[in-house]
Amino acid sequence: MLETKVKIVNKAGLHTRPAATIVKLASKYKSEFFISKDGLHINGKSIIGVMTLAAEMGSELLLSFEGEDEQQMNDEISGYIKGGFDEL
Amino acid sequence: MKGLKEILKHSTNYISGIAAAPGLTIGKAYVFAKEALEINHNELTDSDEAISLFNEALEKSQKELRKIFSFAKEKMGEVRAGIFEAHLMILDDPVLIGNITARIKKEKKFPEFVVDDEISKYQQLMFGASEHYMKERALDIEDIKNRIIRNLQKKRWQSKIPLGAIVVSGNLTPADTILFTKSSAVGYITDHGGLTSHAAIIARSLNLPAVVGTHDASERITDGDLLIIDGFHGVIFVNPDEHQINYFTQKIKHLNEINEEMQGLLDKPAETCDGRKIHLRANVDVSSEIDLVIANGAKGIGLFRTEQIIEELGEFPDEEEQVKIYATLADRIYPEIIIIRAFDIGGDKVKQFDLPEANPFLGLRGVRLLLENENLFKVQIRAVLRASVNKNVNFMIPMVSTLQEIKKTKVLIEECKAELRDEKLAYDKHLKIGIMIEVPSAAVMAREYAAEVDFLSIGTNDLIQYLMAVDRGNDYVSALYQEFHPSVIRTLAHIVLEGKKSEVMVSICGEMAADTLAVPLLVGLGLDSLSVSPSAIPSVKRTIRAVDYSKAKKLAEECLKLSSEDEIIKTIEKFFKDNLIQRTRNIL
Repeated sequence: MLETKVKIVNKAGLHTRPAATIVKLASKYKSEFFISKDGLHINGKSIIGVMTLAAEMGSELLLSFEGEDEQQMNDEISGYIKGGFDEL
Repeated sequence: MKGLKEILKHSTNYISGIAAAPGLTIGKAYVFAKEALEINHNELTDSDEAISLFNEALEKSQKELRKIFSFAKEKMGEVRAGIFEAHLMILDDPVLIGNITARIKKEKKFPEFVVDDEISKYQQLMFGASEHYMKERALDIEDIKNRIIRNLQKKRWQSKIPLGAIVVSGNLTPADTILFTKSSAVGYITDHGGLTSHAAIIARSLNLPAVVGTHDASERITDGDLLIIDGFHGVIFVNPDEHQINYFTQKIKHLNEINEEMQGLLDKPAETCDGRKIHLRANVDVSSEIDLVIANGAKGIGLFRTEQIIEELGEFPDEEEQVKIYATLADRIYPEIIIIRAFDIGGDKVKQFDLPEANPFLGLRGVRLLLENENLFKVQIRAVLRASVNKNVNFMIPMVSTLQEIKKTKVLIEECKAELRDEKLAYDKHLKIGIMIEVPSAAVMAREYAAEVDFLSIGTNDLIQYLMAVDRGNDYVSALYQEFHPSVIRTLAHIVLEGKKSEVMVSICGEMAADTLAVPLLVGLGLDSLSVSPSAIPSVKRTIRAVDYSKAKKLAEECLKLSSEDEIIKTIEKFFKDNLIQRTRNIL
């Protein structure tokens, strides 16, 4: 299992469009993917779950990946979040 | 005929709100309240059948939503319609659907109960969040939940909406708004929301009147009430008396006559009797207004307020989204031009940057804020450049007060051009750049600043505010906000004169230009271009066409000698009378 801590760097936070992108990215991989924040633990392949996270700029998420392609999955998704959802 | 003010003074049966979309209409109210769905809590016998019913309902919901999605793309633009894409993904959510299916099997409960229970859990979490937008998100999800449940119960609610009604509601979800539009609603009234709410945007794109932000209209209006909506002033009359009906019937008649007359003017140029051509362009807040812009015969978009995109989306649009929005508008208005103004954030606009400023209007706003946030600014510059391939896009910088700001912006533009060249992306090498003149320092320095750019555009709202040192939203001093104050007129004359010395076009894009009383004076001062809201285009054009430039010049000269607003207004009114020009705006 791989775990990565990421910080939301976008001013607008984790809004609907990047939430959808994260889910789309996640669905390409076989590994399990969970996001934890403030005691909330949600499946990263679930759009309604990810939309439930109120992640403002500066908030921290713990991402965990488990499965055969966890490394690539971690790289792509953590990169997308750290890179500011390609918006910065 | 008495004016609206007079009528309001003697009436109590009216509700005021935000004038979100212009127009006048009389019609029956349809008060839209979400019917509470009844949920069957009983246990079922055949869970396999229930699961296949659930899957059918999902498919049906997807089909409906896809239809709404494509209609929304057409009416609201792809970026804004993006919200429906997320909704479609929810109907396909493996975790959500998996949980629901498993629970139906295990608990042997009706699918509608499980759907309600599962989705409500997520909504509870959203409602519990402190962020305002999470509550909106929860309401959006409500729409999905109800859609699935309705389809499970095989109910169709939309058939109940009478044709051609004025829709009154607390809130309208995007899906509701789209549906009402399809049932030929003739107007929208909501308790909540502002200029960029779903109802407002759709109403404007369809040229229907809308009043939003009324607080309690849906409680004060009952189904079937006769309503008058005045979308010009943001007023609704509930069960109007005979006098009010007569007044508005007259107005609507007049409006139709003018519209007919305007239709005749549609293809005619905005040109004075003696042949001076004025570029008459439209100010655009939201991209869906483009239909109205074209229908009203505007020759280009003189101001596209991009900060409204942020309001609409609730977030900063990324480069691709911006390219899409700008290129679509540029394409629609081609071969005329579009002037895209950089995000004018700060002051009272856009809350994304919540800065603790004691004096936001004198603080970090417009280009000042953009230069402090270079990445954000560069994304926008790149998007504007990429949308400029057909050479009909101009770029405008708001709130310029120093020469340094212009120079710094130009450096950034050059940087962006170099990046695009490296990435082999096309753009207009000669993209025209202009500045807003709305700060007194820029007005004074107009010649030197103009030498750095291709055009000047005067934003009268802010200019007057800063010139007179008056907040026009402040009732104590709003009387000092005087569009026709001699200092304002002399400043305008100075900007035009100095701008011309640097051989640039000078235009005006503030509300003053939409006041037909100001039109002869502005033409006489030598402005090349006026940019007004789309609905004001016909009346302004009509006035321009009734004026003689040589006489307007004399009027301007005369006004420049006067020393009070009162004298100036009287002089212009006399000009209208002497030249037998009828003021159309008086009718509205």
